[in-house]
Amino acid sequence: MAIASVKSKDIRSVKADVRVKTAKNDLTVALAGNPNAGKTTLFNQLTGLRQKVANYPGVTVERKEGTWNAAGEVIRLIDLPGLYSLDATSLDEQIARDILTGNIYDIPKPDVVVAVVDATNLERNLYLVTQLIEFRLPVVVALTMVDVAEKRSLGVNVKILSRMLGIPVVKVTAASGAGIDELEAAVLRTARSTDRPKASWLSETIQGSEEEIHLSLTDDASANKQIFARYGFISEVYQRSVTPIDTLERGYSEKIDGILTHKFFGLLILIGILLIVFQSIFSWASLPMDLLDAGFGSLAELAKSSLPEGILTDLIADGIIAGVGGVLVFLPQILLLFLFLSILEDTGYMARAAFLLDRLMRGVGLHGKAFVPLLSSFACAIPGIMATRTIENPKDRLATIMIAPFMSCSARLPVYTLMIAAFFSGQYIFGFLSLGAVLILAMYMLGIVMAVIVAFILKRTILKSPPPPFVMELPPYRVPNFKTVLLNMFTRAGIFIKRAGTVILAISILLWALAYFPRTSAEDISNIQSSTAAAAAEGSPDEGIQLRNSFAGQLGHLIEPVIEPLGFDWKIGVALIASFAAREVLVSTLSIIYNTGADSTEESPSLINAVRDAKKDDGSKAWTPLTALTLMVFFVLAMQCMSTVAVVRRETNSWSWTIFMVGYMTGLAYLAALLTYQVGKYLGFG
Amino acid sequence: MQTLTKLPIGSRAKVIAVHGNNAITKRLMEMGVVPGVTFRVVKSAPFGDPLEIKLRGYSLAMRISEADAIEVESE
Ligand SMILES: Nc1nc2c(ncn2[C@@H]2O[C@H](COP(=O)(O)OP(=O)(O)O)[C@@H](O)[C@H]2O)c(=O)[nH]1
Repeated sequence: MAIASVKSKDIRSVKADVRVKTAKNDLTVALAGNPNAGKTTLFNQLTGLRQKVANYPGVTVERKEGTWNAAGEVIRLIDLPGLYSLDATSLDEQIARDILTGNIYDIPKPDVVVAVVDATNLERNLYLVTQLIEFRLPVVVALTMVDVAEKRSLGVNVKILSRMLGIPVVKVTAASGAGIDELEAAVLRTARSTDRPKASWLSETIQGSEEEIHLSLTDDASANKQIFARYGFISEVYQRSVTPIDTLERGYSEKIDGILTHKFFGLLILIGILLIVFQSIFSWASLPMDLLDAGFGSLAELAKSSLPEGILTDLIADGIIAGVGGVLVFLPQILLLFLFLSILEDTGYMARAAFLLDRLMRGVGLHGKAFVPLLSSFACAIPGIMATRTIENPKDRLATIMIAPFMSCSARLPVYTLMIAAFFSGQYIFGFLSLGAVLILAMYMLGIVMAVIVAFILKRTILKSPPPPFVMELPPYRVPNFKTVLLNMFTRAGIFIKRAGTVILAISILLWALAYFPRTSAEDISNIQSSTAAAAAEGSPDEGIQLRNSFAGQLGHLIEPVIEPLGFDWKIGVALIASFAAREVLVSTLSIIYNTGADSTEESPSLINAVRDAKKDDGSKAWTPLTALTLMVFFVLAMQCMSTVAVVRRETNSWSWTIFMVGYMTGLAYLAALLTYQVGKYLGFG
Repeated sequence: MQTLTKLPIGSRAKVIAVHGNNAITKRLMEMGVVPGVTFRVVKSAPFGDPLEIKLRGYSLAMRISEADAIEVESE
């Protein structure tokens, strides 16, 4: 037995050496800790802004890595997902375990693990530490929230704690940076030492290599015995190192919860918070959005007037600036939404929302934890789908993934906003309720209701499973850390901008080219003009004929029979096709379509006016309020986002589920849009 | 057998056993719900489920179906 384990260790260390060499011999340190232990705060403190977000190979779990300059040593610091235990039940725990054991190919096995331990929640936080010690990892404990503990006269004796655990324990204070030097020293010392503490709480037979421990854990009964043994040891440590206080007393969080998770007011407040979030996204963001819009407008004009006339100038002004600008205009709204989500998450409110809604969500067959991914999906389905990894049951997780894109994400906002600005602005219901706000709320509700119905059906048919467990910590309320919230917001916004700069830029150029080529010569135009009456109906004849004969126009014509029952003409068809890459592309495509070949000396009308004035080939209006509404309904339900499709493919690891999702969502969208348009027409709105 | 669900809101009690050998009992135990630990029942959510308890200085939410597996002894 002993020989076998030595052997396997040798192999591992050889592999580790190879990896360390590729990483330029830097030290690798992993940060591990329970959710809410203060890990992010410490990570930000240690790395400053020298950090990057990437994905683990093969899975889209976000990984944060940074550089920590500790007393002259350059350390590669890896932030593990927050976790309670190393017994992989959720994907997060699986990944953390793989990193700690050196089983992720581009990350060397960590030289030191810094365990972030919340002093106010010592017992449960130490549980993970006991497991890390069992894995024979070099561990240093960073004790956080000491200031909070001291306020409650909960004194922790670090010396005793350290002696009983057999590893260094350092108090760190996030706000002042106190203890960081000590932490650096302890980490460097531990990296050099080969001493590993013994997991004294385990019986002799299971002391040994990590494989053996892992094996013995596969049996549930003995696993439970081990959990009991760990907590037995922890209780002993706790009793000796902490001045006793009543840990069951009513704290301030409970007092706050007296209102926030109140049986009646709790739900009202939840609805109120959501309303405030959405209301402010629309009212506060409008000024910077108008400014951005005007800015991109003048930029395009400037490009046209200062660059020589030709294909390149057209590409820059009509393709790139109009396309990318049309999307970047929505940055203020997205920043605000991410700001609110970060704050709700950081204060600890998100967990309460799950607590409040679990019963309702279960009625549908979903887990209360599904609330967080679904709420995040209002910003963007991608982080939402990634957040489903906290849901342990694979079928529940799959059901949540399948409905997440029904939540109206920020990419739909441009579409809703454009439609409302063009056809429903300045109208009020009962004289005070803005029709636009009501319509937007209705679109959000439509998505939610549809999600509920689909989840209900899925959970009773193909994804049937027993009700999933709901065992969840309600973390104490905290004033969010300004820096963390901002950093979080800008990281997520960065992802959005990157998309605007890559996918959307590429699509804009492609679309511009599709609409620009093949060129119809001036001669042809006059020939066609004299022979077709339809051309006279176009706002600007040259434009109309050019677009009609372009590749994009041909594509639009090709799908026209399919979309005609929805009230869409071929130009909207072009925009629809394009928007399957990303929803917000609709806006940039419409700006390209309605501006193609626009005479540079003329003031080009803003997109809103262009949409209002657009004509069908027969001279009738291309858009009516009903068409706009139909389009919005289509956008609520259709799966039009390449990035989401890619993420679903990776997260479900299945093409059939991915194709199923695209298919059923788009089918549903078509039917709902058809219903909206035909019923509306019948009722006489059209 | 007295289970956690039968306790009135606000009462304190001690865990005697966590019944069943499945992922849920394991998760409960990992979160510190092991025999011998004392806790207080804090409240139930708007529709009577889930429950919130306080133990080891923190708050834990669980469904009634899960709390039913926890055998307790009132203090
Ligand atoms: N008072 C106090 N608050 C802290 C300390 N460390 C972190 N926090 C706060 O605790 C909350 C959770 O911290 P965070 O780093 O996001 O935890 P994570 O979930 O482990 O990444 C945040 O609001 C932090 O501002 C600390 O040492 N003292």
